[in-house]
Amino acid sequence: MEQEILTFTDVKLTYHTRRGETTAAEGLNFSVNAGEFVAIIGPSGCGKTTLLSLAAGLLKPSAGVIKSHGSFGYMLQKDQLFQWRTIEKNIFLPLEIKKLNTPEHRERARNLAEKYGLKDFLQSYPSQLSGGMRQRAALIRTLATNPDILLLDEPFSALDYQTRLNVCEDVSAIIRSEGKTALLITHDISEAISLADRVLVLSQRPAHVAYSHELDFGEVKNPLKRREMPQFSEWFEILWRELNG
Amino acid sequence: MKKAMIYSEEHKKYLKKQRLKIALVWLLRIGLLALLLGFWELSTALGWVDPFIMSSPSRVCKTIGSLYNDGTLFYHIGVTLLETLIGFVIAVVLGVLIALALWWSETVRRVLEPYIVVLNALPKIALGPLIIIWFGTGNKAIIFMTVLVGLIVAIMHMLSAFIATDKNKILLLKSMGASKLQILRKLVIPSSFASFISMLKVNVGMAWIGSIMGEYIVSRAGLGYLLVYGGQVFKLDLVMTAIFILCILAAGMYFLVVLLEKVLVKNTES
Repeated sequence: MEQEILTFTDVKLTYHTRRGETTAAEGLNFSVNAGEFVAIIGPSGCGKTTLLSLAAGLLKPSAGVIKSHGSFGYMLQKDQLFQWRTIEKNIFLPLEIKKLNTPEHRERARNLAEKYGLKDFLQSYPSQLSGGMRQRAALIRTLATNPDILLLDEPFSALDYQTRLNVCEDVSAIIRSEGKTALLITHDISEAISLADRVLVLSQRPAHVAYSHELDFGEVKNPLKRREMPQFSEWFEILWRELNG
Repeated sequence: MKKAMIYSEEHKKYLKKQRLKIALVWLLRIGLLALLLGFWELSTALGWVDPFIMSSPSRVCKTIGSLYNDGTLFYHIGVTLLETLIGFVIAVVLGVLIALALWWSETVRRVLEPYIVVLNALPKIALGPLIIIWFGTGNKAIIFMTVLVGLIVAIMHMLSAFIATDKNKILLLKSMGASKLQILRKLVIPSSFASFISMLKVNVGMAWIGSIMGEYIVSRAGLGYLLVYGGQVFKLDLVMTAIFILCILAAGMYFLVVLLEKVLVKNTES
């Protein structure tokens, strides 16, 4: 029995504004197991980002229960590196915030950066790096506090296609080799198929999980290799139909 | 990282051309000044205009000389400069602090918003009589006027910068569990740095407006006093001299801010 690290049970979320109220999610049930890579896709405007905010505890559900065992690292669409800090100082940012800014933790974060090819850029400023490198730095920043679960909010959508495929490779390799649990939300079907162990399809608002699929790529975890496999286009078709159905 | 300093011939030519352009601009700037001053001097010397009304560069120099010999030149400059600087510093510090408080509490911000808007639109000179009665006719009144002119501008400038902080970066910090104070210190303040510098530049101008306006209404010394006095007794040489000195001081203060910016930007790089 695999250990569930994040569980949503009958979660409901209602937004209140002056103009009225919107139910963004209702009857939302799913769970993520330790070490699993789960991708969530959904029609635009169905509240995908809301779901990550709920998971990270930034929003409280109106009803239902969200249980998590472990700490979170949140990665956003754009790298959100602070331009007045060097890459190294950016990577240390979560350590400062969480008051973990000790030599050991800094050493660990620095090693992580060096392991994944940022060694020569540690003293550079974000503006001196390419988009791909910046996103990699953002991932290392997310990993700096050694979180148990990574929440990825369309982390590649701000990149051009070429860079996107490369960064996707990158991120996948780093997350797999660090053995992290990941929850990715995206509107890009092929990204979901190429990265995840399991794909959840959300319904229109109020969002709930309409379909859930274990992907059958066996031991192939590499996104580019998956794209070349015959199952890839089959999954694409299935998911595309479910998204638009 | 520094790039290797080996350039091709073509690039050297390009750099030379750029340097020439900069030199040309400076030459024209100084040339224009010389031309204007020369024309001014000539037209008074040849009697095209009355030097009694228009003054002239040589008369301005003479006036500066006689003020220097009286020992009053640096006295007047010192008085105005001190008032301006004190007013400037108080307005900037207070403005930033108030803007921080308004950023901190949305309720306070919304309560005070109409007051700030009205105070901003109000011509501060209208408060002249009150200032004289409350603060007397000394330096205090002038400094108060200087603060008044700069303060609201500083508040509005900084508040809009604080509020414009990238929402996604705030979300990022919140996801790390950051407190409001941490968000302020790690994100809001450093990301408002460019706005802070531009606010300083604007407020240099505001401070001079405030101090000279203050000296207009209650003055016994200072450059504003020389202006008023010179006008009243029809000593246009004195008026022109005061304006000339003000130009130099205001420019000097502005360049100090630019210098400060250069020193600080080295550490932030954008």
